[in-house]
Amino acid sequence: MAFNIYDFTSFTQSIDQGLNSVMPAFWAMITEMVIIGVAILAFYALVGLFLVYAERKVCAFMQNRVGPNRVGPYGIIQTIADLIKLLMKELVEIKKADKLLFTIAPFIVIIASFMAIAAIPFAKGLHAIDFNIGVLYVVAVSSLGVVGILIAGWSSNNKYSLIGAMRSGAQIVSYELSVGLSLITACILVGSLQLSTIVESQADGWLIFKGHIPAVIAFLIYLVASTAETNRGPFDLAEAESELTAGFHVEYSGIKFAFFFLAEYMNMFIVASIGATIFWGGWMPLHIGGWGSFNMVMDYIPPFVWYIGKTAVIIWIMMWFKWTFPRLRIDQLLTLEWKYLLPINLFNILLMAFIVLMGWHF
Amino acid sequence: MKDFFNYFSEIFKGVASLFRGMRVTGYYFFHPGQIVTQQYPENRKTLVMLDRFKGEVIMPHNENNEHKCTGCGICELNCPNGSIEIISKQILTDEGKKKRIIDQHIYHLDMCTFCSLCVKTCPSDALAWGQEFEHAVYDRSKLTKVLNQAGSQLMKGVE
Repeated sequence: MAFNIYDFTSFTQSIDQGLNSVMPAFWAMITEMVIIGVAILAFYALVGLFLVYAERKVCAFMQNRVGPNRVGPYGIIQTIADLIKLLMKELVEIKKADKLLFTIAPFIVIIASFMAIAAIPFAKGLHAIDFNIGVLYVVAVSSLGVVGILIAGWSSNNKYSLIGAMRSGAQIVSYELSVGLSLITACILVGSLQLSTIVESQADGWLIFKGHIPAVIAFLIYLVASTAETNRGPFDLAEAESELTAGFHVEYSGIKFAFFFLAEYMNMFIVASIGATIFWGGWMPLHIGGWGSFNMVMDYIPPFVWYIGKTAVIIWIMMWFKWTFPRLRIDQLLTLEWKYLLPINLFNILLMAFIVLMGWHF
Repeated sequence: MKDFFNYFSEIFKGVASLFRGMRVTGYYFFHPGQIVTQQYPENRKTLVMLDRFKGEVIMPHNENNEHKCTGCGICELNCPNGSIEIISKQILTDEGKKKRIIDQHIYHLDMCTFCSLCVKTCPSDALAWGQEFEHAVYDRSKLTKVLNQAGSQLMKGVE
């Protein structure tokens, strides 16, 4: 079996052919689905654990602290210890809660982020589903998580949870628009909604450079709006600890709470990887038109490393936001979206369309 | 038109002020040397507590094993939660007079709230705050301490 860290296409195809040669097509597809599911599950758990650790370390450094440093070297096993603790905690039954919805809610949240991760291109050929409407699919699926948050808030039968969930609903409905529109700005330049095509089109320069002014504006709006969409600080009104104790997940304990916690970090990862894929070229190495030898050197770095590196940078910027800015009030939050981001975004789309029409991009 | 310019100047001012905040945290992130957190059990050898730190009540003794406590009992009276017990005894001085001196100054660290009333009210400044703070023990009775050392005497000139 050929294994190439620069192009996974032959690798995945050989698996596909191998499975099809030993079993009927239907069962081969089922087996592939299971393999991909298990792979994504493992990736999900690993990335989630690492992100929780990274967040704690980054926030500690930004606040002049040391952060976790007792469990293992530099505290790297800290999150595993936390996970074991959460697994062993009692799942508290809320007497007056809506039992069915209360149990379902964390699964809806985590399934929504799971569905989004399937459409992300990790490297050339390392891509679970390549829809021709990938961007639309990702935007649609990533907003499903709010249903889980609303259900969690409602079924807990607790006023803090309900207020938190309602805030989260208002927030996601508003910021969804900005995320979608800023991604559309990028799609106008590429002319496709398929994520693999978007990545391929950035072989001669990332979109943020090709689209210059409108692309940079779209990227900045995407950063702000996607931070809001993942319910992270400074937009974490849904779980504002000082006002709502913990917001929508106040009644959850043990592994159900861990699901919400993990989903929050994975949503951040997904949002960052979509930002990296669409604006920074995903797994595409940094290419500058005409610099042949420079491009060659960049090509030696495996695409998976490029992808992870770009995603990590965007995640770091989002953490930087969270640990610098104070939380917005709900009216400030809505003012920011409806009075500033949305009009600028709409104008930006127009600008981008005009630039594409005139051919003023690179 | 004025509103139009205000709209954009507000955006730019807002972004500029956000960047000012981000510069501070970004600077801290790339300068781990600025970290102020002390690594406690590792730095035990070099750990210096602040002068005003209240670890426990102590009775300073000089090199001749002399203290300044006259056994007057003012600290016992002032203690709001009965952490101090004074046991005094009568002795005959060289001049043949009867005199009350301290036998045992008992201090219950487990009841102490570190209010500092005993240290403040002591008329002869016999009590002070010690810097020791590692008071964890397996037996409560170990927290009951006798502050005046065995065989110690009242310092000359303190009455």
